[in-house]
Order: sequence, then structure tokens, then C-alpha cells
Amino acid sequence: MPQVTLTVNGKQHTATVEGRTLLVELLRETLGMTGTHVGCDTSQCGACVVHVDGKSVKSCTMLALQAEGASVVTIEGLAAADGTLHPMQEMFREHHALQCGFCTPGMVMSAIDLVNTHPQGITEQEIREGLEGNLCRCTGYHNIVKAIVAAWPLMHGKVAAE
Amino acid sequence: MGFEGIGASVRRKEDQRFLNGKGNYTDDINRPGQTYASIKRSDRPHAKILSIDISAAKAAPGVLAVFTGADLDAEEIGGLPCGWQIHNKDGSPMAEPKHPVLAVGKVRHVGDPIAVVIAETRQQAKDAAELLVIDLEDLPAVAGVRDAIAPGATAVHDDAPGNICYDWHLGDKAMVDAAFASAHKVVRLDLLNNRLIPNAMEPRAAIGDFDVNSGDYTLYTTSQNPHVIRLLMGAFVLHIPENKLRVVAPDVGGGFGSKIYHYAEEAIVTWASAKVRRPIKWTAERTESFMSDAHGRDHDSTAEMAIDAEGHFLALRVNTLCNMGAYLSTFAPAVPTYLYATLLAGVYKTPAIYVEVKAVFTNTVPVDAYRGAGRPEATFLVERLVDAVAKDTGIDKIELRRKNFIPSDAFPYQTPVALQYDSGDYTATLNSALKAADYAGFEARRQTAAAKGKLRGIGISTYLEACGIAPSAVVGSLGARAGLYEVANIRVHPTGSVTVFTGTHSHGQGHETTLAQLVCEQLGVPMSQVEVVHGDTAKIPFGMGTYGSRSLAVGGTAMVKAMDKIIAKGKKIAAHLMEAAVEDIEFKDNVFSVAGTDKTKTLTDISLAAYVPHNYPIEELEPGLDETAFYDPKNFTFPGGCHIAEVEIDPETGVTTVINFSAVDDVGRVVNPMIVEGQIQGGVAQGIGQALLEAAIYDKEGQLLSGSMMDYTMPRADNLPNISVGTETTLCTHNPLGVKGCGEVGAIGSPPAVINALVDALKEYGVRHINMPATPQKIWSLIQAGKPALAAE
Ligand code: FES
Ligand code: FES
Repeated sequence: MPQVTLTVNGKQHTATVEGRTLLVELLRETLGMTGTHVGCDTSQCGACVVHVDGKSVKSCTMLALQAEGASVVTIEGLAAADGTLHPMQEMFREHHALQCGFCTPGMVMSAIDLVNTHPQGITEQEIREGLEGNLCRCTGYHNIVKAIVAAWPLMHGKVAAE
Repeated sequence: MGFEGIGASVRRKEDQRFLNGKGNYTDDINRPGQTYASIKRSDRPHAKILSIDISAAKAAPGVLAVFTGADLDAEEIGGLPCGWQIHNKDGSPMAEPKHPVLAVGKVRHVGDPIAVVIAETRQQAKDAAELLVIDLEDLPAVAGVRDAIAPGATAVHDDAPGNICYDWHLGDKAMVDAAFASAHKVVRLDLLNNRLIPNAMEPRAAIGDFDVNSGDYTLYTTSQNPHVIRLLMGAFVLHIPENKLRVVAPDVGGGFGSKIYHYAEEAIVTWASAKVRRPIKWTAERTESFMSDAHGRDHDSTAEMAIDAEGHFLALRVNTLCNMGAYLSTFAPAVPTYLYATLLAGVYKTPAIYVEVKAVFTNTVPVDAYRGAGRPEATFLVERLVDAVAKDTGIDKIELRRKNFIPSDAFPYQTPVALQYDSGDYTATLNSALKAADYAGFEARRQTAAAKGKLRGIGISTYLEACGIAPSAVVGSLGARAGLYEVANIRVHPTGSVTVFTGTHSHGQGHETTLAQLVCEQLGVPMSQVEVVHGDTAKIPFGMGTYGSRSLAVGGTAMVKAMDKIIAKGKKIAAHLMEAAVEDIEFKDNVFSVAGTDKTKTLTDISLAAYVPHNYPIEELEPGLDETAFYDPKNFTFPGGCHIAEVEIDPETGVTTVINFSAVDDVGRVVNPMIVEGQIQGGVAQGIGQALLEAAIYDKEGQLLSGSMMDYTMPRADNLPNISVGTETTLCTHNPLGVKGCGEVGAIGSPPAVINALVDALKEYGVRHINMPATPQKIWSLIQAGKPALAAE
């Protein structure tokens, strides 16, 4: 069986996988990093979103072998070594943007990418459209949108342009 | 520490682990030596099983075992039990056909499990399941309730003639008939309540783990009520006594009712793990969830209101057909009866109500409680009918409601359909919601929208629900086979910190925070020193779990009762230590004091004395400070409120946008306003989903057409508006916290508000009713059909 070498949250791993093994299976089952979740089998829910080389990716939609040489960041890799939360995590807590927590890892990873890719500011409507690929059954999204609005200035170190 | 007691929006304790990916959901758990199960399900709605050839699957790489229904039958494994028995009009019990764990003889719905393959890896199990050769002979199938009761329809079960599970009624028929005979006017509406698929984001999963040496079984499962699963599975299916069976429901990723029930897969992995002598994990793929998680709703009703010349409601007559699916799920029979028919009075003083309910078997997935359970069906029917009365009589929809409200001084109020409401103020929630929605400014907004070619509508729903379930004797007399009390164990540790063991279960509700706040409030212990433990039958004395918005009203009250016992015992210890009479000891904010003196002892002084009883009234009092209470509620609780939806339709496309949604709810005393608001927003989102987007669709032959997230429309962020939430509080009169429950109100109150708004927007097109979901195609077609009516005006 083929091997794949990749970096996850700054640490290098080499693993033997099947050709059909998905990146999410490698993370959850081989590396035991269960923070990334699987909520569907049709690439619809976004519970599995991680960052691959800085971009948000549905890890159920990428083969493990495609991550050869890539740098992957998962929800487990967001907080600082001293436990300080990433501003997006902090705002999710502050604004009660999670209930059961199952969609949360993917939601937070998508939200960070969304804010990163909107350096000029982001509207609520853009956030709602940007979350198109992430399902949450608990919150009704209202507080998730609020949390992302609040995280934008913290992540960009300035007040939103609007 | 800031204020952390009742009323504080304390940030959630559980978020730390969830935000760092350190949740512990069932599929995250791996047991040493774990194997994997894959379940082969029927892809046919109704068929005879002619043969099952397991040889190729059994010989496949990594396969440890293959089991079919015959293997379970050989060991006299029971069917999946139903927890509620309804009686027919004539007093006979409902039809209750066996629900085999793995199909025997026939399959009865797409998704019905036929065989299980156990293998070393997930992928090997799945590959081997593909090698099973199952010979099925198709039988005619029925999916809809009307087809199922048509003469000559195929029988889903031989022991349920006419596919009728029960034929039940409630209310005074003679009184209702008399009122209709002399009514000024009768308004009738035919309504469907769409079938929904709950789709909690975490798919169901189960791990069976048999310990060969001790003979103990452990089941890890995605459940809202581990003790109930232990009881049902242990006593009725696998015949394992409680002392040998531990059920753990760890972090659970949403339930909404769908994780209440005892499912086949739980029994399969538990039983089979003793056969292969290894732990077995099964995790549903989403496709399996669609065809094996209990669905919700699916009613077909006729409703008629008799009114007098002024628009007073004289009597309500309802006839409902409801779909049970192919087998009875755990609570299914209760949903269209005692959680539905009893709610048909709504917030109105309608003096006479009569309802008939026929429950019908079909070749579809079992239907059971889904967020709101029966109450959304009742609310949709009543609130749509009230709007139809307004339309047919020309009475303003708000005036009509006010005219018929149960007045706020009429409590306790006995309805004609069994319930006695304890408190409420429907005028207050209505007024507050009208203000929040800027109802007065709507006409101007409608005109602005019209100038842009858009159709605006505003819809109101004034609703009520019954939750905090439930008094055991009452539900027992109605057919429940269990009690519905709740249990709390409060352990004050030697140094004064506290662990709460609760029989309720949190799968998003934030109990680890809210329940800890009760301890802060009553014992004066800071949040940082309170831990809430739930979801493990080995740790918690007992419990009935979380559903029916019962955790705080019933489980919270059990905690209050246990803390009362802690305080009572603490007073005796304090009296001894401070050499005073017990009657003179007062307790407040963590401190015991002797009335009229400056003598005090903290709770920590007392707990230390209780665990190190050197100077202690050991003759009269046991050491330790650890109390348990079982609390059986005296009544249901009755949250209510007003939801207002403002929608805008693009007549070119039929696309509806919900512009504003304002909910003002009376959920009793609010412990954590932030969490309550979140619960209501989430419920409203599911209600808007039901109203506009979601539908489980079967074709006439019983194939599930909406079997994936590509086909079943889940609400996404850009389908929903911001949801404004307010509260108006009247206290529950029969529990010490005054709480009513907030988990379901959002999903109960909102669907009719949305549909009423759409009907309002389309009034010029002659539209009188729209069945859910109001998809763009449906709306566009109504607009096309209504154009002549518009032109004629
Ligand atoms: S698991 Fe659903 S999108 Fe990846
Ligand atoms: S918090 Fe439960 S699915 Fe989003």
C-alpha cells in the first residue's frame, strides 16, 4: 500500500494508506485526531473542513494521497500552545455560536478562511453565502454569523470597513 | 466571579472542549481490539426474503462474522419494543406487530436492516456486505396514508388489518356536533403536515463492548436517554440484567427526538460483540440516517371550526390520518394522540373539541417524535384554521385571536381536551411580538416592496405547547409503559465542591452550564467548583433522559429537591457544630448561620465535618453530604407565545425570502438567557425549514426519493433570516423554579407564522392555504393559477 507524508498542525506524519483512503479517514482513524468530523457522504455538510496549505477544504472530498507534502491545520491546531484560543474560537464561545458542537470544527475552519479571504471587510450577507457549504442543525446560524462578524476585526487587527 | 446564578448569561463550560476538537462523540471512541459492523439494508420497500447467501461475504478478507435475522431468532432475541400503548375507540389495544432487530421473512421499508457483517476494518465490513446475495421477491407497497387505508391495499403486517394501528378519539362528540348544528358559520381547511427527516449533524453510532471475563456489556451510543436504552434493550430485546449492562451516551451531536428511540443497531453491536468477543463499532453513513433514523410529522387532516356571528369559536372538529411507517418506534403512538390532540385548544377558549385520529402502517421508515412532536402539528392546524376563519369572516386576524384568547385571569384553565394549563398571558406575548416586528409599520413596507414588484406578507402564530413531560400516573393512564420522573444526585465533596449527576442528557442544550447555574443559585458554590455528569448508567442512579423540553422543569426540579436535602442535613451538622437548635440555623449564599447571632459556618466547613466526622452528631446522622432525589412532576408545563414572520416573494421566480422573524415566548423563568435565545433560534430555523424547504418524499411505490443531503433541502445560512427573540414571563406554578421549557417552542410556533405570511402575501391571487414546504415551484404555480383572480379584481 502507498505511503503519504504530510504535516498536520506543524507535526510531520508518514502513514500507509489505501488508494481510496480519504484525508478525513487518515486524520480520524490513522492519526487519531477526532476533532474533524464526518456528517455526510455527499460532500454537503462541511463538518470535515480543515485547512490544506492555508485554504479550507472538505477533507471528505480529498484523498489522503492528494495531501502528500501538504501542510494541514485542523481544529486541534488552532489554539496557541498556552491554550489561548484563536479569535474565531473565542468569538464562537462569546456569541454562543455552537450548541451540540458537531458542526463546530468545520464551521470554525470555514469561518477563518472566509475572514482571511475578505481583508476589506465582510457583510452579513457575504458570510451567509460563504457558509453555504457548512450545515448546522442546532443554532439556526444567527449566532454563527454574529461570531464571524465579531471575529473579523480581531483577525484583521482593525475595525471593519463598513 | 461575576453573578453566575439564575438569570445570568454565563458562557458555556462545554465549549472549551468542543472548540478545540476535544469533544468525545461516539465515533471518536475506539476500544482496544475494536472491529466494525456494516449493515445490509433493504433497497426495496416491501418484499419477501427468499434467501440470503452469506458464503461469499463470510469468506471475504477480514470478516469475522455475518449475522441475519435467523441467528437472532435462534436465540430468542426480542423485537424492538414500543414504549406506548394506545387503545382504540372500542377499548381494544392498538395493533402492535413485531419489529424484528434484523428482518425476518419480509422487508417492510427501504432501509430495513437484513444482515450485519463484522470485520477487522470499516472498509472490509463494507466491502463484504456488498458480497451478500439476498434474493427478494417484490410485494406491492404503500407509502401514503390514504393509499394504505384504501380497500384492497397491500397489508404491511398480517396482524394489522386494513393497515390500521389504531383508531382513536378524544373529546365530546355530541357537544361538538350540537355546536356545529347551530353555528352561524363553519370554516373548513384540509391540511398536510409534511414528513421530515431530523438530520442531527452527528450520524447515529454505536459501539458494543462485551467483557469476556466479567460478562459485562457496555454500549456506547448516540442517545438522548441512556437509561431508557438500557431498560428497553436489556429487558425486552437482549435479556441482559441492568447490573450487567452499562449504556454510555457521551457527547451527542444533536438529537431533536431522533436519538430517543432504541434502534436495531444498538442491539446488534451489543449482542454480536459477545459472539465475536471483540468490541464492534457501527457508524451510520448519512445515507443510512435518511433511511433508518425515525422520521417526523406526516399528518393528513381535516379541520373545521364552528363560529358564532361575532367570530367566537364554538367548536373544533378534527380528523387526522397519521403515518406510523412500517413499524412502531419507541414513542410513536403517543405523538399523534396525547402530544397532538390534547393541544388542539391552543390558546383559545373553544368550549368543545372532538378529534379522531387514525394511525396507519405504510412501507416507509418508522415515524416518531421530532422536535415539538405532535405540538407543531396541532399548532399548524389551529393557527392556519384561525387565519382561514379571519379570511372567511373578514374579521382582522389579530382581533379574532384576542377575542378568543383564554384570558390571563382564567388560570388554571381546563381545556375540553384533557389538559389543565397552569399559567400564561397570551395578550402580553402578542403585544410584545407586534412591537418587535413593527407590525404597525408593515403596510408601508408592503407598499415599498410592491413598488419594486415584490409581494410582502406578514403572518402571526399565537401558540401554546405542553412539555416538561410528564406526571407518571397521568401518562401511565394514557398508555405510557414508563414513568416520566427525573433523577438528580448532588454530591458535595469534602472540600465543598459539587458534582451533579443528572438523568437528563445534553446534546446541545448546554446542561453542563445551565444545571451548574442552579447549584450556584441554591448552594452559592461558584461555577468553577461545579461539575455536571450525564450520559452514563454506571455513574448516574437513574434517569429518563432529555426530550419534551423536560430537562430543567423535571430534571432541574429533581436537583432542587436534592439540594434541599443537602441543606436540611447541613443545617443539622451546623447546629451541632455551632451548638444551636436546628430551627435557628439559616442557610444563604454558601453560609450556615445561627439566627440573631454572628456565628457562621460555610458549606465547606460543613462538608468537611460530614466527611471527617470527628466532631459530629454521629448517633443521629450518617456521615457524608450526598443526596439523591427522584422528582415526578405534578403537571405538564405550558410555554406559549407569539411568532411573527414577514416574507417577501419574487413573483417572477416564486422564491420566498423571510425578511424578519420575531419570536416572543413565555418559557417561564429563564436561567441562562443566552442559551434560551439560542434554543429558540435553532427551533425557529427548523420551523422555517419545515415551512419552506424540507420534505421527505416517497414515490407511490415506497422508494425514498429525498434520501441524501443533495435531495433533501436542509436549511443553510443563506436561507434564513436573523431571528429576533424576546421573552415575556409568567411562572410555572407547580415547580419550584417556575420554569417551563424552551427547547421546542421555536419549532412549534414558527411554521404557521411563515405559511400565514405567504397566504397573506398571495391574498390577491385567491390563495387560501399552502401546504408545506412552500417551495418556489409551489408558490410560482399558485401565482400563475391566481392571475385570473387578480385580473378580475
Ligand atoms: S463530511 Fe460532510 S462535507 Fe465532508
Ligand atoms: S452546533 Fe449542533 S450542528 Fe451546529
